[in-house]
Amino acid sequence: MQWEIVIGLEVHTQLSTQSKIFSGASTAYGAPPNTQASFVDLALPGVLPVLNRGAVERAVKFGLAVNAIINSPSIFARKNYFYPDLPKGYQISQYERPIVEGGSIAIQVGETEKTIRLTRAHLEEDAGKSLHEDFHGMSGIDLNRAGTPLLEIVSEPDLRSSAEAVAYAKTLHALVRWIGICDGNMQEGSFRCDANVSVRPRGQEKYGTRCEIKNLNSFRFLEKAIDFEVERQIEILEEGGSIRQETRLFDANKGETRTMRTKEDANDYRYFPDPDLLPVEIAPDWIEQLRASLPELPQARRERYVTEYGLSGYDAAVLTSSREMADYFEAAARQLPESAKLCANWIMGDISARLNRDGLDIGECPVGPAHVAQLISRIQDGTISGKAAKTVFESLWQGEQGQDVDAIIEIKGLKQMSDNSALEKLIDDVLAANAQQVADYRGGKEKAFNALVGQVMKAAQGKANPAQVNAMLKEKLG
Amino acid sequence: MTLSINDVKQVAHLAYIKVSEEEAEAALSQLSGIFKLIESMQAVDTSHVEPMSHAQDLVQRLREDKITESDKSDLCQSIAPQVENGLYLVPKVIE
Repeated sequence: MQWEIVIGLEVHTQLSTQSKIFSGASTAYGAPPNTQASFVDLALPGVLPVLNRGAVERAVKFGLAVNAIINSPSIFARKNYFYPDLPKGYQISQYERPIVEGGSIAIQVGETEKTIRLTRAHLEEDAGKSLHEDFHGMSGIDLNRAGTPLLEIVSEPDLRSSAEAVAYAKTLHALVRWIGICDGNMQEGSFRCDANVSVRPRGQEKYGTRCEIKNLNSFRFLEKAIDFEVERQIEILEEGGSIRQETRLFDANKGETRTMRTKEDANDYRYFPDPDLLPVEIAPDWIEQLRASLPELPQARRERYVTEYGLSGYDAAVLTSSREMADYFEAAARQLPESAKLCANWIMGDISARLNRDGLDIGECPVGPAHVAQLISRIQDGTISGKAAKTVFESLWQGEQGQDVDAIIEIKGLKQMSDNSALEKLIDDVLAANAQQVADYRGGKEKAFNALVGQVMKAAQGKANPAQVNAMLKEKLG
Repeated sequence: MTLSINDVKQVAHLAYIKVSEEEAEAALSQLSGIFKLIESMQAVDTSHVEPMSHAQDLVQRLREDKITESDKSDLCQSIAPQVENGLYLVPKVIE
């Protein structure tokens, strides 16, 4: 049977505020345990939550960036469950009237663009952290993270493969960083994915029973967990079994998912509006102010890179995967609008490879876009070969000659021979010294031609322009 | 809607409240009384009334995003039953 995979993602993004969503405690990562847990975060009796304007602003910005409805009033609800890292016995979240409703995100899979609809995005507080080892049979609780603002972004089940799920998660990750609402640090848990996965016979309209895989904190794990889960479900169904709706955990070491809890009563959270918080009103002029503060969005840039610079959809998607990279490309391409594709190739090829080698982000690249543009223009005007450009780039990287492209070319003697008469003399010498190969070529051996080109290039110490050598040789050998 | 003794027990279970048979019976009759009250209120036509999410007709005030709290962990941990290395210790909860 042909199976269709159906995936929806819930992504928890930690909002980049200084202070918590309902208290004035710091959200800084890595502080000693419980030093950033205020009375409100600890749920001491008599305390009241007061909503952080910065968290609301970031949520609204996200909603505007995905063309969603901003609900006003928006309300907070209590989600009731018991776990010691949640001292109140409930999490303040949103149920009815979430701050952001609807909207969509366009993703690029290969050369195909697809629109993924969003269900909603709601504000909530994070829980603390439980440590289960080394406490003589007890659990240790650190409440520094309790009360950290999260925006939970829920997609519709529009994703049809792990590749699409990863593309969506990456696009979303780029977007929240782009608009400055989340630092996107996945190691620190600032961006965590839950995947709802089900399968159904191709052509069937009704969704299959789904399983939720929790807390996938890397794109690779997201892909692996979905692939494993899909295979598991198909295997069960093909053997005539049925899928039990449950929450599963991904074991990264074994590369498999396993049952965490079944959904019988665990899902009965008894939501109700939180009487400690009044409805939040978001005035239209506040929304307009936030809209005006948004930068040009990745989707708009992607489209512009295709129309303005003639890039492919794929190239445009890669170059807009972060604002730093998009800005870098644009700074180089503005200087060489005719050679934008070459700028794109350099950034996605040599520069990215070099950055990877040193574990750097493009924002930390020691060679600026202006130097890259100048380097490319020297290839374009025939001053240096593509191969020599790589040498120049490495010199720029090392900061040689005050990063002066022309000075590096000069001092390293990388200039191509542009003087026809000098090259002509060189070719004549080579032809005279290789009479046998000349005869072979004239006798119909095409291979001999390449050998002669090689000889000339060697004699020119790599400084001859290969295209020019080719043309001149052809002419001479007539 | 009528409430059964099982509903009461289920709610008590979800709320982590231990109730005896007697207490469950008592809660059932009290809760049923509240449900009756709700039923009579529901007889009122509210189709033209916009639902409120809060008893007070006010709007939430917002705080500026500023750190206003300092470290009070020593004070808080002094009243905790058990602490170690700055962590609060609780009965093991892993499933």
